[in-house]
Amino acid sequence: MYIVECKNITKTYQQGNVAVQAVRGISLLITKGSFVALAGPSGSGKTTILNIIGGLDSPDAGEVILDGNYLSKMNQSELANLRLHKVGFVFQAYNLIPVLSALENVEYVMLLQGVDTIERQDRAKAILDDVGLEGKYSRRPAELSGGQQQRVAVARALVSNPSIVLADEPTANLDSGTGLALLKIMKEMNEKRNVTFLFSTHDHMVMDHARRLIQIRDGQVADDQGEENTDAS
Amino acid sequence: MYFKLAWRNIWRAPRRTAVILIAVIIGVWSMAFLGALMRGISDQMVRNGIATLTGHIQIHHKGYRSDPVIENNMAKPSVIEKVMRDVLPADALWTSRVRVNAVASNARHSSGLTLVGIHPLSEARISFIGEAISQGRYLKPNDVLGIVIGKVLAEDFETELGKKLVLMSQDKDQEIASRAFRIVGIFTAEMEATEKRFAFVTISAAQEMLGLNKEISEISIKLSSYKEANTVAYGLRSALWSSDYEIHTWQELLPLVTAVLGMYDGFIFLWFLVVFIAMGFGIVNTTLMAVFERMREFGLLKALGMKPWWIVRQVLTESFFLLVIGIIIGNGIGLWTVSALSSNGIDLSSLAKGMEFVGMSHIIYPAFYAKDMITANLVVFVLGLLVSLYPAIKAARFTPLQAMTHT
Ligand SMILES: Nc1ncnc2c1ncn2[C@@H]1O[C@H](COP(=O)(O)OP(=O)(O)OP(=O)(O)O)[C@@H](O)[C@H]1O
Ligand SMILES: [Mg+2]
Repeated sequence: MYIVECKNITKTYQQGNVAVQAVRGISLLITKGSFVALAGPSGSGKTTILNIIGGLDSPDAGEVILDGNYLSKMNQSELANLRLHKVGFVFQAYNLIPVLSALENVEYVMLLQGVDTIERQDRAKAILDDVGLEGKYSRRPAELSGGQQQRVAVARALVSNPSIVLADEPTANLDSGTGLALLKIMKEMNEKRNVTFLFSTHDHMVMDHARRLIQIRDGQVADDQGEENTDAS
Repeated sequence: MYFKLAWRNIWRAPRRTAVILIAVIIGVWSMAFLGALMRGISDQMVRNGIATLTGHIQIHHKGYRSDPVIENNMAKPSVIEKVMRDVLPADALWTSRVRVNAVASNARHSSGLTLVGIHPLSEARISFIGEAISQGRYLKPNDVLGIVIGKVLAEDFETELGKKLVLMSQDKDQEIASRAFRIVGIFTAEMEATEKRFAFVTISAAQEMLGLNKEISEISIKLSSYKEANTVAYGLRSALWSSDYEIHTWQELLPLVTAVLGMYDGFIFLWFLVVFIAMGFGIVNTTLMAVFERMREFGLLKALGMKPWWIVRQVLTESFFLLVIGIIIGNGIGLWTVSALSSNGIDLSSLAKGMEFVGMSHIIYPAFYAKDMITANLVVFVLGLLVSLYPAIKAARFTPLQAMTHT
């Protein structure tokens, strides 16, 4: 029933001689189909928690259960498989392979999954149309604007029908108009495909569009209004 | 799509790609060219050696090789002929000779040489002399007084066709035998030494002069390929069980050539090694650079769920393309240079004097050996992929977060 369960996660980084506690006991329950923002100032631990949920980083203590999988019990190769099939990632920048076109970037994940060529193309085109990139299939990343590049990244994250899309400050490199447009597309996808989105931001405009806002301060949950917005919109 | 990606990645850094390509091309080309050159030289050495009266196998009376005197001749050639008919392959050629040290003289000059009595017809099919006549004519089977000498000897003796030449040697009874011959032909050879060293008469003339009956000094055998020499020699040895005879293959008869061949093989191998080490370092360095520059991308791909093995495969595929392109171009240029040079040969006249003693010619015709080419290409290809494995594994081992924060 919960797509993500985090139980009392802690993570400490060693910066030279100093131990930095990036996450100090965070517990979260995220329902399927929700649209959740992680907000907080720089250094509060947003990226760390997203990386841990996505199996890119491992917590020092605590457990993450993603769509029924206990991440602590999985090895690197199983985690890679989990990411490939169940998680979509959108990063702040450098999301795309520069030598591949928009269409090929989206197709590539499916290539890794072993989807055959025709289905790959059909699905990639459909999802690019959905994010408003029809007719831009063959553009290379360098020939796309920042907002368009992020939309390709969203399309790629969605194309394999993941359990959750993790987006680390997807709008941080965009101007506010473009950022808002991207967020609208994400929300549209969330509603249309019932895909869970968990994204981080420190932009208030972005936070306002979330159905649920989790405030992080110093590696802890400072405020979580829960799922009450879910029904409201 | 997978190949498309590799192909495009290659051209992301054209300069770096060019560096690798040039390294591979120069490597393959130099291997091809040098190999062909060496093979050309050694082929010719073997051919010259074999044509200069050696043949592939020789049969002598025991002791003749260390002391080539008349007493060491073979008195009953018919016994050997019978064995040869049984043992030799059908397409083998052979001839018998009388061969003695002699002194040639005319009114003004005299000089030591080897007098060779030959069967003109069978000799012509085995050694160089049949095609070496530059003036006059070759010997006829019934020539009793005709002699064929080398061009350099003729010049040294200030003599010409039709003039007399007196040959002196020791006959069967240890007496001085001498006979005047008339120069009917003048031959040229690859090497000056050959032109000075040999004078040819018919075998019957030689036997008559030396008081021999049917005795001969040596039998020279030519097979369809020099590679058969050892097997056939083995067969002859076991059939000709008499300890009166000695059978030698060309490798034994031309020890210097054999030694030089071995040296060349070693040299070619060393050269391959040197080229490859230089090329290998080039490939490793450039590929490492390319891989580090794309660390972020590999990190992203791993974050998306790409297995390390896929990254290894991707880097190797890129190397594969570079190697294949380089090898094709390198071979192309190699073939082209070699074929351009092999029609006219490389003239080494200025060096020729120094090289003659090992039996090298003035003009070298590079020769492609499929075996060498395949070895060179395989070595470059396989080792090229192997050295690319190091950067590939390095790229694959970073965790996605390490790789994505790599700058
Ligand atoms: N690999 C690392 N090594 C050492 N310290 C790290 C590492 N990653 C994060 N940290 C530290 O952990 C803390 C939390 O970092 P994190 O990146 O999660 O914050 P954030 O909320 O994403 O910040 P921002 O808004 O700037 O992206 C910071 O103090 C950061 O310096
Ligand atoms: Mg961050």
